[in-house]
Amino acid sequence: MSVTHSTDPGHDGLLSGPFAEWFLARGWAPRAHQLELLARSRSGESLLLIAPTGAGKTLAGFLPSLTDLFARGRMPPGSGFTGIHTLYISPLKALAVDIERNLTTPVEEMGLPVTIETRTGDTPQSKRQRQRLNPPDILLTTPEQLALLIANGEADRFFKDLQIVVFDELHSLVTSKRGHLLSLGLARLRRLAPGLRTIGLSATVAEPMDLRRWLVEQAPDADHHAGLVLGPEGARPIITILKSEERIPWSGHSARYAMPEVYQAIREHRTALLFVNTRSQAEMLFQELWNINEETLPIALHHGSLDVGQRRKVEAAMAENRLRAVVATSTLDLGIDWGDVDLVIHVGAPKGASRLAQRIGRANHRMDEPSRAILVPANRFEVMECQAALDANYVGAQDTPPMTEGALDVLAQHVLGMACAAPFDEDALFTEVISAAPYAALPRETFSRVVDFVATGGYALRTYERYARIRRTTDGLWRVSNPQVAQQYRMNLGTIVEMPMLNLRLVRRNARGSLGRGGATLGKVEEYFLETMTPGDTFLFAGKVLRFEAIRENECLVSQAFSMDPKVPVYAGGKFPLSTYLADQVRAMLADPERWRALPPQVRDWLSIQRDVSMLPGRDELLIETFPRGSRHYMVAYAFEGRLAHQTLGMLLTRRLERAGLKPLGFVATDYSLAVWALDDLGAAFRTRQPSLADLFDEDMLGDDLEAWLDESWMLKRTFRNCAVIAGLIDQRHPGREKTGRQVTVSADLIYGVLRSHEPDHILLQATRQDAAAGLLDIARLGAMLNRIRGHITHRALDRISPLAVPVMLEIGKEPVSGEAHDQVLAEAAEDLIAEAMGDAAMREAEASPREIDGRRERE
Amino acid sequence: MNRLALAAMEIEDFGSLSARTVIAGVEAVCDPFGALYLPATRLLVVSDLHLEKGAAFARRGMLLPPYDTLATLKILEAVIARHDPAIVVSLGDNFHDRVGSLHLPETFRARIEQMARGREWIWINGNHDPDGTTGLPGQSADEVHYAGLAFRHEPSDKESAGEIAGHLHPSATVRRRDKSVRRPCFATDGRRLLMPAFGVTTGGLDLRHRAMAGLFERETLVAHLLGRDRVYSVRFANLLA
Repeated sequence: MSVTHSTDPGHDGLLSGPFAEWFLARGWAPRAHQLELLARSRSGESLLLIAPTGAGKTLAGFLPSLTDLFARGRMPPGSGFTGIHTLYISPLKALAVDIERNLTTPVEEMGLPVTIETRTGDTPQSKRQRQRLNPPDILLTTPEQLALLIANGEADRFFKDLQIVVFDELHSLVTSKRGHLLSLGLARLRRLAPGLRTIGLSATVAEPMDLRRWLVEQAPDADHHAGLVLGPEGARPIITILKSEERIPWSGHSARYAMPEVYQAIREHRTALLFVNTRSQAEMLFQELWNINEETLPIALHHGSLDVGQRRKVEAAMAENRLRAVVATSTLDLGIDWGDVDLVIHVGAPKGASRLAQRIGRANHRMDEPSRAILVPANRFEVMECQAALDANYVGAQDTPPMTEGALDVLAQHVLGMACAAPFDEDALFTEVISAAPYAALPRETFSRVVDFVATGGYALRTYERYARIRRTTDGLWRVSNPQVAQQYRMNLGTIVEMPMLNLRLVRRNARGSLGRGGATLGKVEEYFLETMTPGDTFLFAGKVLRFEAIRENECLVSQAFSMDPKVPVYAGGKFPLSTYLADQVRAMLADPERWRALPPQVRDWLSIQRDVSMLPGRDELLIETFPRGSRHYMVAYAFEGRLAHQTLGMLLTRRLERAGLKPLGFVATDYSLAVWALDDLGAAFRTRQPSLADLFDEDMLGDDLEAWLDESWMLKRTFRNCAVIAGLIDQRHPGREKTGRQVTVSADLIYGVLRSHEPDHILLQATRQDAAAGLLDIARLGAMLNRIRGHITHRALDRISPLAVPVMLEIGKEPVSGEAHDQVLAEAAEDLIAEAMGDAAMREAEASPREIDGRRERE
Repeated sequence: MNRLALAAMEIEDFGSLSARTVIAGVEAVCDPFGALYLPATRLLVVSDLHLEKGAAFARRGMLLPPYDTLATLKILEAVIARHDPAIVVSLGDNFHDRVGSLHLPETFRARIEQMARGREWIWINGNHDPDGTTGLPGQSADEVHYAGLAFRHEPSDKESAGEIAGHLHPSATVRRRDKSVRRPCFATDGRRLLMPAFGVTTGGLDLRHRAMAGLFERETLVAHLLGRDRVYSVRFANLLA
């Protein structure tokens, strides 16, 4: 809760009585944007407040409610049931808890007659029940809890007095499926409390109008949007790129080389926050720091898989300024107030300007003092990425992801929830749904298909009428068939689909060598990661090197290992692709040697040699290099469109190369480039235009080739799993069956296979394709790239690997190649039997994998 | 769904796509649909059909696609047409739940009756359907001993010689050149044979899983994997560790 020091009294008497006194007593004055928001909100307007971190956004958001409630006064005893006055929604549980603390203090100091409570997944059942009977004035909660509240039969009573809904960190809420669910929840709240007004609090975003629409009721053929209040601009942060004496690696994401400098920076500051992009990076960085932590500075770790208890401890220690550094992932991105952080260190490239701005905002939570941040690039491309970012007046630039159309799986979940709340009329619910911005363009017919899906699965073969979850009764209303449906809905609500997770429990071996029971729980790990391990394997978790011992029921038993060289956990997710904006900046820098002067000498040399032996692509040019290596022929495309788009491009290119008879074997994608390798000479083929590169990279690959690939793709299967869980087709949890946590109730892959071959137009497959195109495949971006490079493809046939190709070549063998599995592999395995029988050793030699490059890493 | 496509194809030399093996002295053919055929006795074995799995889930509130039964039956029809067996043994978990055969839609019931016409049909009881079948041709049994072989759903932990069992849904993984492929398989060491699951929405359990421990002599264990259009035989030692 930050305010400027000033003696200016509140203007126009907006703030009177205890409010004015409170400000005055502290020698503070309300800020202009706080007062503007208060005045406009009082007149009934819904508003979006955009302000930097530390601008007193939260206080601004609550002032309208507090002044309202002060004017209302305490409810006299016996005045009957009063519903909540203000609902505050935060993307994080921890943020809601933090706000409660920060809001309760001034409310108590002012002696306001206001009750404030939180309601999150951690709130005990008894308190929830009490809240339903006797609601607080201000309820602080999360989107999932809102969904639960509105699906309750007593929702209309609970929300009938609702005046204001505050959305914190709105920019981070709206771009995901969580935001879709929340927008539908808001639409329902508007029906329950027609007079309500909204207040959105947001960091700067690329398209404020999207958020302004999101906050208010949409109507066909009319443009409704919330008013806009702009906060002051914060002081410009001071950002530097870490200069290291050590050699900057060609590839990888660990930034291990820079540890001494990072440690030094921690020593020189009060409290540092170290951000990384993935949980495994967090683990590694934390361990590296402790390896050199000779002064045993209190350095902690915070990420999403850690046990809640451990995370709370770290947060508490942080708030009390007992820590010198915390290594964190995006779990700390959002507005929790962190005491005296005076330095943010970002390890690895930030990948997006808006994310970096947000993270840097964590330091020095005071708006008028500049934040300090150090960027630590983990490899040479990241050096350029960081530099390009700074050069381009970076932190002002915005590249928040665009809003997406409301997902149909989320809609299905909501429809079932609304049936659980009360019987609904299909037309009325449709009108309500399209008043939510993400669903404003939803066709009526699609909505009916979603309702049909919720009822009986939406299959053309109508065999499930007797198992329907919701039924239309003679009064024309849809209602749930039985109470179990509501129970199932409540257990599976939400849009965050987790991979099956196992608890990690630390155990000891006893004297007889058998495993003990009942050690500490360290956190959770995705099951698939553990499945790749055999007992005795070591890995890094919670900053400890652990030895995998066994899996018992839903727990993974581990013991303390003394190895220093563990297998590092590899988690799915958390890898952000490079933003379009930054990619463009890197291309521009590459094309302009004048700008290399800012780069470290090693990186400069690397680019110069590249210019000599091959070339550097122009800003809108696509450079393709081909060269032989070992028994294979490689092609590297420097597309700079982010890992996801490259992955898709790789899939499609290998199909086309296969068709051209060039025998592609695999590919690997990074944020910057894509490498494909084949048995045939790709360079020679392109030179003789068989096929030509223009044909190979023609946009038409996004037509039939894409469709054909999607049909077989494992990505689509995984996307389908998420959609099926969110839509309620597959239960994440089933009443009475929680114990079997390890066993997925049913294989989504198999369901997908059956559905695809029998009903390819099913609504859930439609939802899956829509999802994949926007998310994992990044098709829009790939399309834009193919369009941009048309007529600008340059081919360099080299006789050996180029400097620019080294980073991506080093990734080969590190990541599993996500190609399609061929029966060829089976045939060869069968040949092994013959080979064995024939004593033919030569056949086995042919199996050498393309990992040979690993051994040559130090030679470049 | 490969098997469904295969089922619809005309194939001249079906035998060349299958694998031959011998269990306790009895010759057998592992076919690419996942059925086992014993030529000497004209006996066909299929296991773990899990019919009406979608409906079983729908009964509990998960409305899975209702197409699994039809797909499985189509493949079964193709297999029966190819081998023309005198006896069909369905090795348990014929239905995904106890009431599966009771609530079976009539069209499916008619297809099964058509298939069973002129043959002996034995439904072995499985853990999913321990009470036998209702309203279907053929007879139910917990296990059957015939022609020197024992047919039961769950592999016995006492005797293994000449046992044909299902239940575990064996699958195996092979890996070459950074690519790995996992497929359902027949698994046999010459004494016992485990059947792959036949139903289209059945998952698989890796041969190296601890549930498989002790079932086979590993030195002689061979996995006959169901490829896209033929069976591939791979020794246990050559499977992915």
